[in-house]
Amino acid sequence: MKTAIITFPGSNRERDVFRAVAQATGHNPTHVWHADHELPAGTDLVILPGGFSYGDYLRCGAIAGRAHIMNAVRDHAARGGLVLGICNGFQILVESGLLPGVLMRNANLRFICKMQHLRVERSDTAFTKAYQPHQIIKVCIAHGEGNYIADEATLAQIEGEGLVAFRYCDATGQLGGKANPNGSLHDIAGIYSQKRNVLGMMPHPENLIDALVGGTDGRGLFQSLVA
Amino acid sequence: MIEPEITPALIAEHGLKPDEYQRILKLIGRVPSFTELGIFSAMWNEHCSYKSSRLHLRGLPTKAPWVIQGPGENAGVIDIGDGQACIFKMESHNHPSFIEPYQGATTGVGGILRDVFTMGARPVACLNALRFGAPDHPKTRHLVSGVVAGIGGYGNSFGVPTVGGSVGFHTRYDGNILVNAMAVGLAKTDEIFYATATGVGNPIVYLGSKTGRDGIHGATMASASFEANAEEKRPTVQVGDPFAEKLLLEACLELMQTGAVIAIQDMGAAGLTSSAVEMGAKGNLGIELNLDAVPCRETGMSAYEMMLSESQERMLMVLDPAKEKMAEAIFVKWGLDFAIVGVTTDTLRFVVKHGGEVKADLPIKELGDEAPLYDRPWVPTPPQPVIDAASIAAPVSNANALATLLATPDLCSKRWVWEQYDHLILGNSVQQPGGDAALIRVDDGPKGLAFTTDVTPRYCEADPVEGGRQAVAEAWRNLTAIGATPLAVTDNLNFGNPEKPEAMGQLVGCIAGIGQACLALDFPIVSGNVSLYNETEGRGILPTPTIGGVGLVKDITKTVNLSFKREGEAILLIGETLGWLGQSLYLRDICGREAGAPPKVDLALERRNGDFIRALIQSGQASAVHDLSDGGLAIALAEMAMAGQIGARINALPPGPAHAILFGEDQARYLMTCTTTDLAAVMASATAQNVACLHIGTTGGTAITLPGETPVEVAALSAAHENYLPDYMNGEL
Repeated sequence: MKTAIITFPGSNRERDVFRAVAQATGHNPTHVWHADHELPAGTDLVILPGGFSYGDYLRCGAIAGRAHIMNAVRDHAARGGLVLGICNGFQILVESGLLPGVLMRNANLRFICKMQHLRVERSDTAFTKAYQPHQIIKVCIAHGEGNYIADEATLAQIEGEGLVAFRYCDATGQLGGKANPNGSLHDIAGIYSQKRNVLGMMPHPENLIDALVGGTDGRGLFQSLVA
Repeated sequence: MIEPEITPALIAEHGLKPDEYQRILKLIGRVPSFTELGIFSAMWNEHCSYKSSRLHLRGLPTKAPWVIQGPGENAGVIDIGDGQACIFKMESHNHPSFIEPYQGATTGVGGILRDVFTMGARPVACLNALRFGAPDHPKTRHLVSGVVAGIGGYGNSFGVPTVGGSVGFHTRYDGNILVNAMAVGLAKTDEIFYATATGVGNPIVYLGSKTGRDGIHGATMASASFEANAEEKRPTVQVGDPFAEKLLLEACLELMQTGAVIAIQDMGAAGLTSSAVEMGAKGNLGIELNLDAVPCRETGMSAYEMMLSESQERMLMVLDPAKEKMAEAIFVKWGLDFAIVGVTTDTLRFVVKHGGEVKADLPIKELGDEAPLYDRPWVPTPPQPVIDAASIAAPVSNANALATLLATPDLCSKRWVWEQYDHLILGNSVQQPGGDAALIRVDDGPKGLAFTTDVTPRYCEADPVEGGRQAVAEAWRNLTAIGATPLAVTDNLNFGNPEKPEAMGQLVGCIAGIGQACLALDFPIVSGNVSLYNETEGRGILPTPTIGGVGLVKDITKTVNLSFKREGEAILLIGETLGWLGQSLYLRDICGREAGAPPKVDLALERRNGDFIRALIQSGQASAVHDLSDGGLAIALAEMAMAGQIGARINALPPGPAHAILFGEDQARYLMTCTTTDLAAVMASATAQNVACLHIGTTGGTAITLPGETPVEVAALSAAHENYLPDYMNGEL
């Protein structure tokens, strides 16, 4: 598994996801600078890490979605290559047109950082093979704009085609109510592209890879990618 | 630009006293130019010169074998073994945060982060200590909301976890809140960068964001008391840009790797003036600046404005001339300004040129190292009477008093605050906020670092010396309570107007107490900041010397947190409990009295009890530990129960009135749990070490049962504890 992590000015979880990929695959990913035009030859997986690309002074991810390197990422995705966008990376995927919908301010209008349970919606994708169907995992969230919104037709399509990757839930797997931290429609925490080779998610599996530091429920995602 | 004439009114506007102006005349032998007056005001104000506190700060212990750099640099540096250094400092941003809470707080965080990465360290954690006015004061909610959002807004974007801190409320902060921010970074011990310039003829390089008119005279503002029109000072507040700071961090660290950096200093308070003067004065060199080369955000800025601007996210560096091109390329890559704005000289003069004219030509040492020094008159704080616990009314129900206290502003859960801070980024946060101390893993472990910020201002008000001792002791205890070995301190001394002998007496007393405790506990002070004139309309804040403590953990698997782990474990009370109610939260929040002498701090006892607890944690015999402080035994017990969602039955308490035993704030105490298997060994060990240890009860069930009282459900306590702050912030209280 050859992994490229795109670093935008203002990315700030690129080192976290580097560590998670290195732990799971045994290979160090390559950092790719935002102003580059090409991905390294033979890249299997592109990761758009969390952070505040270009300061997120415009709509989150809006500038990064138009960076030079995103053309290469779009080509990579069109070829069926794997793309994972986490947090700001999810926002960038939405802004770049690789995933539908939009991420608005959290319903309570505040940044939220906390541990959060997720339900793994399906375990037959490249990103979730190491999980069980409907497994409840505990990871963390850290975002101000994670409130997933899409129009009814898009939501119906996402649901109809089984493109929801993760939903917010409580420790028992219960959806909705207080288990939804940010107001996302259908408790959506992450979605796939139609071919399920692109995944965007708000939570941070890369910070949950060590039993001594919060738990290991995030490891499955990275292990899935090498399985 | 034609500079205005120097008049007594202009001198006074610059915060310079008549005798200080005379000193300037004597020093340079002529009337200063307008730019020079601005430079003197920037360098000689309280904030930059420590002119009221320096004399007393000299008495603080600052040395230990593990201290690499004590006070006087951008931040303190300690050796944490394996060739690694921990670099940290705390600094206040009180005045700006009161005027403009969001930007005041962001720039406070930005400034302290720069202090740390200026020295070559990658920041790994931030903490803070916040004090707001009474919850029912009309401005408090607005200030809490803005400050918390600002701290989060900067740290979250910059990408450093905000792992801990403290939040308190008191009417004495109504017109002058406190925002103290602490940053911690890691570096290799042989790759630390200092502010001392060396070599004549070396280029001085300006890095980072452009200079604008923001923050002019910020440090002078921070050195004066507020009047009712504080909002009119809004133009002196700077605006923070965490994105630019993140780029500056990456660019600086990349540049430092190349060996091009001879000296580096961030532009903080008093901006270009202070950074240039400090680098030259420390290196016994002159500095010549050419302001025509300074990257400006606005056109037509005068020399005066450029020298006093406090625009954020800027650095000044002395560079190896041979590596200039390489250095520039790095900054261009990161999209940051890079400009050669001056040169080091052998003249010991600070020369500023602009538009072909010399705007300032001053002796550099006198500006920096030899600022005025005052031995201000002070009076000791009169001692308060010791309050006899038996004279304080007992509540109808101790359990009800416990429930009430847990939902008060000072004791309620601060989750609403810390959930707005990204405390998990970097993936090394072992203990989350809400415990005694924060704990992060160093790189891939097993080593860890523990941090805490502490002070009990009401104790300091009642007895500055005892309060100073207590602040240090509590920080030491909080680090100990998770299993860390306390190593060093950064302090942030927030006081009122030093020109008032009573306020000066509080400063002198607290410094004395801090010194005694740091010495007795081998807990030297390596960096710090003094914030005086925290006063509005003649009313000073509570004396608030915030202590930021750093401790080392050799193996993060040998640490504990405060939550009860299992049912059926023994609950042990470590330390002497006499039932000290003077200045307790019980007395204040249940009886409505802020009175009496604060609890005594016995430093030898602190050490003995703390060393005992730490050894039990490291040997794995303690399953949970919590320090006893605000609210005493009952609050600590409830916090452990709430964290573990496990109840407790208490069946033996030390002798004395139950409410005094439960809510008294005697020092040097901990609560811990252990298995029944380990109980006998722990008790025997306590006896052998002459540590007071009482088996007071057992964990289990869903309620807390105090002797002779109706059980209270832990879930109900949690709900009240958790709901107070969100309800208050929603305007529902």
